Amino acid sequence: MSAGVHDIEAIEGWRAREVEEELPGLGVAFLHVDLPRSPSPLSASPQPLRERLQTLSNRFNGAKAIALRREPVPSAYRVFFRHIGLDPDAFPTPIEAAVRQRLIDGGFLTRSLLADTLLVSLVDTGVPVWALDAQALDGPLGVRLSREGEPLGGGRQSPPLPGDRLVVADSRLALATLFDEPAAECSVKGRSRRVVLYALQVPGVSWVCVEEALWICRSTLGARG
Amino acid sequence: MNLSERLTTDRVAAPSQRAARDSLRSQIARLERELAGLVAAGFPHISAAGHRVAVGEREDSPRARPAPRLPGIEDLERERDALVGRLRDTEVAVAQRELHERRARALLQEMELEPARHKFMRLRVADLGGRGCGVYEVRPRLGLIGMLAGWWRLTLSSGCPLGRGRALSARPASLSSPRDRSRSFGSASRAASRACSRASAAGGR
Repeated sequence: MSAGVHDIEAIEGWRAREVEEELPGLGVAFLHVDLPRSPSPLSASPQPLRERLQTLSNRFNGAKAIALRREPVPSAYRVFFRHIGLDPDAFPTPIEAAVRQRLIDGGFLTRSLLADTLLVSLVDTGVPVWALDAQALDGPLGVRLSREGEPLGGGRQSPPLPGDRLVVADSRLALATLFDEPAAECSVKGRSRRVVLYALQVPGVSWVCVEEALWICRSTLGARG
Repeated sequence: MNLSERLTTDRVAAPSQRAARDSLRSQIARLERELAGLVAAGFPHISAAGHRVAVGEREDSPRARPAPRLPGIEDLERERDALVGRLRDTEVAVAQRELHERRARALLQEMELEPARHKFMRLRVADLGGRGCGVYEVRPRLGLIGMLAGWWRLTLSSGCPLGRGRALSARPASLSSPRDRSRSFGSASRAASRACSRASAAGGR
């Protein structure tokens, strides 16, 4: 674990032994942040953040969207997708999915303060970040294989997971499958005041990049570490 | 050493199952980077869509994303082989594209040197590897006179058509009703020209 470039120190999550042996470059980095009392993380984004999204929208056109796959960080996620049995052409990596959606919509559309923050960080760094409600978590985050029939997020309505799928988990529950949205039970709500931001580090992506992504999220949310 | 020889060497060198999986992963990484480089360099003439669409499935139909897992040797080999196939297909497509562009450039040179031998021949800029909607065309100078006199020349069109007509954008916003604004360029300009002719007829009276 290394000190951050922007006075933050992301925590390196744990990895199950079989994951560490098989995918030594995979890591999860997370950060606890306290949100200010107002605005709510699910409220509309402030004007500067919307302007930032618009500025970022202008960076991308069709050619840039295709050329993205040659850049070091997006390329590393593409390669890693193939290593975990996902085809990045059929199911694009988070950065490619965001850029593809930008081409369809004609711009990065604003959704909420939290969603826009995660999007800005993703487009700026290429590193995807997800947010969880800290109250719903138990212990530090890590990566492990799912158990057969285990419900995602522990909810009664959650569909059971097949065995041996890569999941982000706390000490109790599987919270999200890798590179997917977290289960509804542990996602951030409007009343959440403490959240956990996490990012996945893959081979070819430096710790500094991951910390940068988390730092952008924390500073945009106006949060305290 | 060609690609399949390199892959075979890597495979034979792996002493254990884990080492074999590591070797397959590094082959996949190399192939993916090579493929990404070819696709990015060939944009927009080389297709980026690599996945095969199953029979009865539409290209845009939503599909459930498979869950990430730790693939075994067989899965990694399948993935590697699929990538090798795609890389070969893409290399063939790139070679064909290069040949097409070379021929188009040669034809353009002929059109420029001997326009009279290529009357009214059109060649898209995209065929030469360029972007945009420009078209080279051999046309007569001064229209009919040039046709009769044999004065031919190579011209380049000004590019992509405008998104909306100048006639529509030149009208003050207050004059154009929402119904007018929703019309296509053609019908809007026809409406504008009808309004102009009515105005000139009224002025003449």
